[in-house]
Amino acid sequence: MAGGLTYTAVESTKLATTELYGQAMVELGEAHPEVVALTADLAGSTKIGDFMEKFPDRFFNVGIAEQNMFGIAAGMAKAGLVPFLSSFAQFASMRVADQLSTDLCYQNVNAKVIATHGGTSFGQAGSTHHAITDIALVRALPNLTVIVPADGYETVNAVKAAYATPGPFYIRINRGFDHVLYENTDYGFEIGKAVTLHEGTDITVIACGSCAYQALTAAQFLKNADGLAVRVLNMHTIKPLDKEAILKAVTETRRIITVEDHTVVGGLGGAVAEVLAEAGKGCAFTRLGIQDHFSTIGLHEDLMSLEGIDSNGIIEAVRATMGKDFEADDNWDDEV
Amino acid sequence: MALSKQEWLALEAKAHKLRLDLLETTHMAGSGHIGGGSSVLDILTIIYHKYMNIRIEDPKWEDRDRCIVSKGHAGIAYAPLLVDLGWNDPEQLKTFNLTGSKMGIHLDSNKVIGVDASTGSLGHGLSIGVGTALAARVLGKDYKTYVILGDGELDEGSNWEAAMSAAHFNTSSVITFVDRNGAMIDGPTESIMALEPLADKFTAFGFNTLRIDGHSFPQLAEAIETALAATDKPTCIICDTIKAVGFGSKAGDYRWHYGAMDDDGYEQAKKDLEAYYAGRKAKAEQEGN
Repeated sequence: MAGGLTYTAVESTKLATTELYGQAMVELGEAHPEVVALTADLAGSTKIGDFMEKFPDRFFNVGIAEQNMFGIAAGMAKAGLVPFLSSFAQFASMRVADQLSTDLCYQNVNAKVIATHGGTSFGQAGSTHHAITDIALVRALPNLTVIVPADGYETVNAVKAAYATPGPFYIRINRGFDHVLYENTDYGFEIGKAVTLHEGTDITVIACGSCAYQALTAAQFLKNADGLAVRVLNMHTIKPLDKEAILKAVTETRRIITVEDHTVVGGLGGAVAEVLAEAGKGCAFTRLGIQDHFSTIGLHEDLMSLEGIDSNGIIEAVRATMGKDFEADDNWDDEV
Repeated sequence: MALSKQEWLALEAKAHKLRLDLLETTHMAGSGHIGGGSSVLDILTIIYHKYMNIRIEDPKWEDRDRCIVSKGHAGIAYAPLLVDLGWNDPEQLKTFNLTGSKMGIHLDSNKVIGVDASTGSLGHGLSIGVGTALAARVLGKDYKTYVILGDGELDEGSNWEAAMSAAHFNTSSVITFVDRNGAMIDGPTESIMALEPLADKFTAFGFNTLRIDGHSFPQLAEAIETALAATDKPTCIICDTIKAVGFGSKAGDYRWHYGAMDDDGYEQAKKDLEAYYAGRKAKAEQEGN
């Protein structure tokens, strides 16, 4: 497989998200002859290559031409196929913003974008290959469903749900090697419904993607070390957002932290902030993520630490947010 | 000759009717893309009225030939054609560009029946056409895809990504037209961003390339039949056209890319179109057989 850079060692406890995604695509291809796959010279890196080997007549590598790939996919979808397009998240969003908007979303076609190497997960490749603004961009597009799975099993669920749901999708996964959050795919995944990973009433951490595992680890630590009951929501669907879960969290915990491998401008944190502001509920609120600067080169794990979006960063933020003031009276009427 | 005299005359009459509709729609809307609308109209007329395999009673027939009008600003010419086919309510033309209308400058494929792709942002159509052609291959269908590009939009690099892929995947079922009217919004193409030698460019990208008079139905027919017969490569038909052709002194003037006309201008344009049609009809009667 063509892979570009040599990746760092894979811990045995981690499973490559893209590997599971590749398998899921093969299963979809076997069951549904209208499913086709496209890539832009990243068949190996995005693991869509498994589909290529199995269904060569339904696989199209367009070369390094993402704009063309999106247009082709729109034409295919218009003619009755269900194309899955795979590229690095930075190119599947920023590079093709016009094609994604006009060809896929405006026409509301049944095409599924699998954006790999999301966030800073392609650490050593640096800022050109980090997607830290893609969620902000794509969640602004009408008709588009946006999912950021937390691990390989959730990716499988997202891919299957995308096939089963008409319309354009943007599924943002990592380069692979995510910590395994779920034991299998059978935990009740539903588009637009957050998964409660850890119960709690003191504070809620809302996370997506690789940050979900970090949030869970932080919550488990804080329970033992600080006696805090931290609710952790895996907000795998950014659009449509689970407003109900957010409102429930603000009512029941009055403190909210969002955490994402993405800029704090306009991503998960922005989306949650919009819901909180419109709800008029006072709460202590902190957005963890990349603080409006370009990311740097390094191992993904190190970058998550630098940006404060790993478990240590979340633990610190929880402690700080616990001390933040908010209007703590029980009269909600004046806050609406 | 690919075209009988009777067919030629019928196409001339249809194109004339559609140019009058374009004028009428522009007048009702207050302004419109007269230049590129009229220059592309003969291409649209011949593909819809002689070549495209479509069912009037079933516009979404899945085996139909597709037409991707990449130069989406030709909506003011394309919409009257889709109304004339019987697919859309003629009353809609009277609301063209009005708030809440289904029809406006760039046609929406989810609102206007018969539009195979929503275009407007330039440089998208050929990619979409390659996609419909590859879908035909996967689905075992033999429909054709007609793609109409503007010349100015060829500045967009995405066209050349698409051209490369059309040749690479050998989508010979895609027939690409370039409405080579020589002008874009700010001036002649060759002074804004030179395209020539355009035919050489398409040939180098792996196309069969033909260059014809885009206002000659016999030449269009011959070129399209050559393209339909080709199986080794996709075909690009570069159609030399005139912006605002038929509109008297406006013809060939890049400033009529988009324009408005008052009632006097409208009356004059009607006379100009009649005179233009008379000339073309006489030529068809004289040279047709």
